[in-house]
Amino acid sequence: MRTAIIALEDGRWFRARAFAGEGEYFGELVFNTSMTGYQEILTDPSYHGQIVTMTYPLIGNYGINREDVESAKVYAGGLVVSECSRIPSNWRSRVTLGEYLERNGKIGVDQVDTRAVTLHIRTRGAMKCVISTIDSDPDSVVEKARRSPGLVGRDLSTEVTTPRRFSWPGPHRERADFGLVDAAGSRAFRDLLQGFPRGGYRIAVLDCGVKLNQLRILASLGCELEVFPNRTPAEEIIAGRFDGFFVTNGPGDPGGVPRVVETVRRVIHTGLPTFGICFGHQLIGLALGGKTYKLKFGHHGGNQPIRDLRTGRVLIASENHGFAVDRGSLPEDVEVTHINLNDGTVEGLRHRRLPLFSVQFHPEACPGPHDAVHLFAEFLHLVAGSDNGGGKGRTR
Amino acid sequence: MPKRGDIRSVLIIGSGPIVIGQACEFDYSGTQACKALREEGYRVVLVNSNPATIMTDPEMADRTYIEPITAEVVAKVIAKERPDALLPTLGGQTGLNVSVELEEAGVLQEYGVEMIGADAAVIKKAEERELFKEAMEAAGIECLKSSLVHSVDEARRVAEEIGFPIIVRPSFTLGGTGGGTARDADELARVVENGLKLSLNHEVLLEESVWGWKEYELEVMRDHNDNVVIICSIENLDHMGVHTGDSITVAPVQTLTDVEYQRMRDMAVRCMRAIGVDTGGSNVQFAVHPESGRMVIIEMNPRVSRSSALASKATGFPIAKIAAKLAVGYTLDELPNDITRETPACFEPTLDYCVVKVPRFAFEKFPGADPTLGVSMKSVGETMAIGRNFKEAVQKAFRGLEIGVDGLGRRERERIEPSRLEYGLAVPNSERLLYIKYALEEGMSVEDIARISRIDPWFIDNIAQIVETERRIVALGRGQLPERGLMWEAKLNGFSDLQLASLCGVDIHRIRRHRKEMKVCPVYRLVDTCAAEFEAYTPNYYSSYGESDQARVSSKPKVMILGSGPNRIGQGIEFDYCCVHTVFALRDLGYETIMVNSNPETVSTDYDTADKLYFEPITLEDVLNIYERENPLGIIVQMGGQTPLNLAVPLQRAGARILGTPPESIDRAEDRKHCRALLEKLGLKQPESATALGVEEAVCLAQKIGFPVMVRPSYVLGGRAMTVAYNEDELRTYVSAALRASPGYPVLIDRFLDHAVEVDVDLVCDGEDVYIGGIMEHVEEAGVHSGDSACSIPPHTLPPAMVEKIADACRRIARELRVCGLMNVQIAVRDGDVYILEINPRASRTVPYVSKATGVPLAKVAAKVIMGVSLQEQVCVGGPPPIGWYGVKEAVLPFSRFPGVDPVLGPEMKSTGEVMGIDRDFPVAYWKSQIAAGQNLPDYGAVFLSARDADKPWMVEVGRRLRELGFEIIATEGTARSLQAAGVQATLVYKLAEKRHPNILDMMAENSIVMVINTPSGPVARVDEVRIRSEAIRRGIPIVTTQSGARSTVAAIRYIRGARWGVTSLQEYYAGAG
Repeated sequence: MRTAIIALEDGRWFRARAFAGEGEYFGELVFNTSMTGYQEILTDPSYHGQIVTMTYPLIGNYGINREDVESAKVYAGGLVVSECSRIPSNWRSRVTLGEYLERNGKIGVDQVDTRAVTLHIRTRGAMKCVISTIDSDPDSVVEKARRSPGLVGRDLSTEVTTPRRFSWPGPHRERADFGLVDAAGSRAFRDLLQGFPRGGYRIAVLDCGVKLNQLRILASLGCELEVFPNRTPAEEIIAGRFDGFFVTNGPGDPGGVPRVVETVRRVIHTGLPTFGICFGHQLIGLALGGKTYKLKFGHHGGNQPIRDLRTGRVLIASENHGFAVDRGSLPEDVEVTHINLNDGTVEGLRHRRLPLFSVQFHPEACPGPHDAVHLFAEFLHLVAGSDNGGGKGRTR
Repeated sequence: MPKRGDIRSVLIIGSGPIVIGQACEFDYSGTQACKALREEGYRVVLVNSNPATIMTDPEMADRTYIEPITAEVVAKVIAKERPDALLPTLGGQTGLNVSVELEEAGVLQEYGVEMIGADAAVIKKAEERELFKEAMEAAGIECLKSSLVHSVDEARRVAEEIGFPIIVRPSFTLGGTGGGTARDADELARVVENGLKLSLNHEVLLEESVWGWKEYELEVMRDHNDNVVIICSIENLDHMGVHTGDSITVAPVQTLTDVEYQRMRDMAVRCMRAIGVDTGGSNVQFAVHPESGRMVIIEMNPRVSRSSALASKATGFPIAKIAAKLAVGYTLDELPNDITRETPACFEPTLDYCVVKVPRFAFEKFPGADPTLGVSMKSVGETMAIGRNFKEAVQKAFRGLEIGVDGLGRRERERIEPSRLEYGLAVPNSERLLYIKYALEEGMSVEDIARISRIDPWFIDNIAQIVETERRIVALGRGQLPERGLMWEAKLNGFSDLQLASLCGVDIHRIRRHRKEMKVCPVYRLVDTCAAEFEAYTPNYYSSYGESDQARVSSKPKVMILGSGPNRIGQGIEFDYCCVHTVFALRDLGYETIMVNSNPETVSTDYDTADKLYFEPITLEDVLNIYERENPLGIIVQMGGQTPLNLAVPLQRAGARILGTPPESIDRAEDRKHCRALLEKLGLKQPESATALGVEEAVCLAQKIGFPVMVRPSYVLGGRAMTVAYNEDELRTYVSAALRASPGYPVLIDRFLDHAVEVDVDLVCDGEDVYIGGIMEHVEEAGVHSGDSACSIPPHTLPPAMVEKIADACRRIARELRVCGLMNVQIAVRDGDVYILEINPRASRTVPYVSKATGVPLAKVAAKVIMGVSLQEQVCVGGPPPIGWYGVKEAVLPFSRFPGVDPVLGPEMKSTGEVMGIDRDFPVAYWKSQIAAGQNLPDYGAVFLSARDADKPWMVEVGRRLRELGFEIIATEGTARSLQAAGVQATLVYKLAEKRHPNILDMMAENSIVMVINTPSGPVARVDEVRIRSEAIRRGIPIVTTQSGARSTVAAIRYIRGARWGVTSLQEYYAGAG
C-alpha cells in the first residue's frame, strides 16, 4: 500500500495510507458523522465533487453488498477514514470496501487522524482538497489544492443527471446499470410503507443527481415515474400532463444551475403538485424568489434534529448539504415548515397558494433514520387533493 | 411544554444494596435524577436502603429514608410524606417491582400518588412476557417462539412444540436470576422448578433458543410529545445466550449495515410506542441470525439500566437526568445538550471512537461455582475503555480490569488452561477472549475460531492484529526496543508500556523513557456526543495516539483523585462514594478536581462530578501520562481503595506527589513486619504473627504460634485467599493458594482469636489531632470478614470504658503513622484486651456507612485535612456527638447466583453490598437491616436448627426462645436430643445421609420451613450441610450461620412482634441530634 498526502487549500496537510486507488484526486473535503452507511454515501450522486471524511473511525467493517446502493457507481471522489477494516463481516457482504473503491476508480485512504481533520474543517470550513499518491511533496500538493476548482458556482448536477429520460419502474434500458439495483428497496421500507395510501399517479422526476431510494419509495407507493435529465425544458415536462412533479437531490451549488431553476419555476407555476428534496428544495427556494448561501461546513450526517413547525415534533433525519435556503430571502407566500434545531437553518418550506413543499433533509434516508418517510405519503396526498394537476392521467 | 406545575413533590425509589445484576449504576442514575428534579424546584423524597450511595447523602434529597425497600415500608413513607408523584424507573428492577406492588395494593390510589414516566400498566406490558409478545406482534415486530408456563408439566408439553434447546426465563426477577438453558426434558424440569420459585409471580417463559445469534441493544428515549431518539447502539461481542451483563460489549454497533441498523431502530421506536413508555429511557434488546440476518426483538426494559449507564458514559448523554426531566413534563427539544450547550438534547449522539466494556468476575471467591456464562448474570463489576479503534479500547479495558494481564498481553497463560483450548473457545466463560488470543498465538485461523466460538470474525481479526504486532515486537529480540514506527503501531493498537516491557524483556521505565524520547505520547480527546461537529464544553477525556490533543490545561491549582476501577467483591461503591466526596470537598476549597477512573457505573465518572474527568484505566502508565499533562499539585490515592493505594509508592518514585498520608507510612502499615514493629513500639497487643515466603516456613511458624491460625496474602483487599487453618494439612493448602493470590509477596500467618468481639474503627487524622469517625461493633464474632458481618454504630454491647480504650489505641497508631486523611483499624476484643488485627491507612468500605449513621461526612473531612485544613479548623474534634439511634449495617451476599456453593461466612469476603437499618431501638434497627438485606424474618412457622456439638449449648437457648415465641422447632437427631434434654420441644427430621423421608430438603420443598439456623461443623463442611444451606438460599429461606447472628435475629423477631415501628428520614435524625 502506498502513502498518500491529503492537502488542503489553506496549507494544512495530513499523511495517510492509500488502501485503494492511486493518482491524484480533487474535491471539496467534507466530514460525515454517520456511523453506518458508507456504501450509500459513496454511491450518493450528491457527493460528486467531494471527498468524504468519515468521523467514525472504523469503516469497512461490514464490507460492500449488492443492494445498498443509491446509484450504480461511486460518486464521492475519495474516502478518508481512520481505519479501514481488514476483513468485512456481514452475511450480505460481497467485496471489501477497498476492492469496491478500486473497481470504481476512486481513492480510499486511512491511518489518518480523522478527528484532527474534522476539527480542522469545523473551524476553517469545508475546503478544496487534493489527495495524491504520486506527489510526495506536501507543498506541491497544497498548491494543487489551491488551484483546483471549488464548488461555488459550479454546475455539478449536470455532470450526474441522466443522459436520457427513462421510466421507473419499467425496463430501465436507458440506464442499463440500474439492473443491478433492487427496485423494491429494503425490507425496512416495505414495512414502513405498508400503511400508506397508494395511487397510480404519474410523476415527473427532475433528476439532478437522484438517490435511488427516492424512486424506490415513490414506485412502492404505486407511482409511475418518468425521470428527466436536469436540462429538460419546462415545456417538455408540462406537455407530459403529469400528476405531480418531483425535484431530486444533487451535488454542488444551486446557484450554479440557473437554467434548471428556471425549469422548476415554470413547472411549479403551472400548479403541478411538487415535492423537492435537498438540492431540489434549494432549487425550489430559488425558483420562488429566495436566495441560497454556503454553510461553513454543511450538514452531513444521520443525526440531525429537524423540528416540524406545524406539529412541534422533532424528526431525526439524514442530511447532506453544503448550501441552504436563506430564510430572510423568502417571499411572503412561502412558509417555513421545518428548521434545524442545532442551528435554526431552513429545513423545509411550502407555498401558501401553490401545491408545493420541499425539505432540505432526506426522508428517503439511506443512510439514516426513517423518521420522515411519511413525507412521500404527504406528497401523494397533495397530488390526490389537487385538481390543478396536469393530465389526471391515472393509470391502473 | 414546560414542566408540570401540578406536581410539587416526587418520591424516588432506589435500588437498594449492590447485588449481582443491580449495582452502582443505579446510584449514578438516581443521583442524577435527584439533582435534576431539585434543580427544577421539586421536593424529592427518597427511599433507599443502601448507605454507600451518593444518592442517600442528606443533601441529595429533601427527605432521605434509609429504610428497607419493601411495599410495606414505602407505604409508610408515602403516608408520612404524601408525595404527588412516584418515579419508578430509576431504581432498577427493585424500584419497578415495589412500585407495581404499591399500585396493586391500592396504596398509590389511596394517597393520590401518580406514577410518572411509566405507569403500572406499561411496566407490566414490558415485563410480562405474554403481554409483551402480544404488543410486539400487534406492532408487527417479530419475537421469538415462546410460551409462558406455570408448572413443570405444562413446560414439558410446550417443549414439544418449541424443540430443544429451550431457554427458561422467570418473570419479574433481577438480572435473569434463576434462568437457564434446558437441553433435554430432565434439565427442563430442574430449571423450570427453580425459576418458578424465584419468580415473583410464579411464572416462567420457555423460549426458542437463539444461542449463538448476534446480540444487540439500543438505548431509546421518548418524551410525551412522542419524540423518540436512540442514544446509543451496543453490539455484544459475546453471542446470544450470555447475559448482556456478563458479555463484553462494544459501542457503537460494528458489523451491521445501515439498512439493518435502521430496521432495528424502527423496531425499537415502534416498541417504545407499543409498550407505551410515556417518557424516559428504555433498553431494547435484539438478536440477529448471523447467516440469514433474521432480526427478532428479545426484550425491553422500561427504565434506566446498567446498559443506559454504560450508554451515558459511552456517549456523554446523561440519560437518567434527561429521563427525570421528561417525567415532569419537559420535551427533549426543550432541554439543552449540556455538552455542546448550543444544541438541544433532542438528537442522536454520534461517536468517533470505539467503546468496550468488559465484565469483572469473582469466581475465585466461590470455589465450586460454575464458571461458564449463561443467561443468569454472574459478574460483579465492569470496566469501560474508550479508544480510537477496537484494539486500543479492548486492550485498555483489559488492563483496567486488574486481573493481572496488562491488556491482552502474554500473561493470559496464567489465567487459562491451554489444554482446554477447545472448551475455552466453545463454551462461554470469563476468560474466553484470553483463550482466543492464545489460539491465535498458536496459529489457529480467524475463521476456525469464529466458527468454534460463534464470535463475529471481525472481532477475532482485530485480536489477530494485536497478535501480529506482538510478534513483530518479539521478533526484535530480547532487550531490543521498537523503533518509532513500530512503537506507534503498538500504541495505536492499545499496547501498554508494561506489555511492551515484558515483550521486549526490559523494565517498564526503560520503555517509558524510550517512548518519550521518540515523542510517542498520548493525546486526550473529548467525549462530546457529536464526533467533533460542535464545540464541547464538558472536559470529559480519553487518551489515544494521534494529532488532535484537546486537553485544556488550566492554570488553577488542581488535584488528581484516583478512583477504584471496576467493582469487585471487597472494592466497590463505597470507595467511589469517598472519591466523589473528595471531589465535592476540594471544589468547596476552590481546587480544580481531576477524576481518573474506568468504571462506567459510578457517580465519579459522571461528567459533572469532577471539573475534569479522564476515563482511563488506573495504572501507573495511564496515571503518569495524565499527571504529566495536567501537572497538578498532587494525587490523592487513599480514597479509591487498594487499586490507587498500590500505586502510591511507584507514583512517588516516578516523581509524582502523593497528597495525604505519605507512601512510607502506607508501606509501614501495609507491610506486616513494619506494622508489628510499630505496634510493639506503641505497646499495643496483636495476635502473634509471622510472615512466610514458602509453605515449609509457614508450617514451622504456625506450629510456634499454635493452631488455629489465620492465613492471608499481603497487599490484597476483601480478605482475598484469607482462611482459618485448624491443622497442618489445611495450612499447606491455604498457603499455596495465598502465594498464588499475591505472587512475590509474603504470606501472613496470625494466631486466630476465636470467640472474640470484632470492632472496626474509621478515623481521620491531620497528623496531630484525631477524629474518631465511628466505632463499629460487629454482630458476628471474629473470623468473619468485616465486610461480611453485620455491625452497629454505636457499639451495642461494649462498655464505654472499652470503647474509650479502643479509641485511644487508634489515636496513638494514627499519630505514630503521621496519617493525613483516613485510616481504618480492625480490632478484636477478648477478655478485656484489645488486639490490633489490621491497619489500613486509607478510606475503608465502612466510611459511607459511618458518615450516614453519624451525620458527619467523614470522607469530606478527610479530604479537607489532606489539603491542609486541620481538624481544629473544621471543628471536628474527638468524635461525633452522641447519637440517639442505632445504625446497623448488614452485608448482602450473592450466594443465590452460585448454586452449589456453601453459603457460609468466613475470613474471605464474599458480600457484594450492604444495607443499613436505622432506628432508635437496636433490635428494630437490626430487624430493618435483615429485611433490607432480603432476609425475610418470619413471625411464625417451623424453624430448622442444626448445630455442631460445640454450638449446642447456645443453640438450645436459641431454640427455647423460639419456642417461647411460638415457633415450631425442627431438628436432626443430635440437635433434637440436646433440645429435648433441655426441655425444648423439637420435631425430628431425617438426615440426608439416612436416605429416609421426609428429610429437611423435602420439608423445604413443601415450603414448611420458614428459617434455617445452621452452623458449619468445621472448616471443611460436610456435603449434606452444604446442600441444606444452599437449598435455603435457592428457596429464599432466611439462613443464619453464626451464634451472634442467631441471637440477634431471635431478639429482633421477639422485639418487632406487636411493636409499632416507623420510618424516619436522615434529615429528621440529624436535626434531632443537632
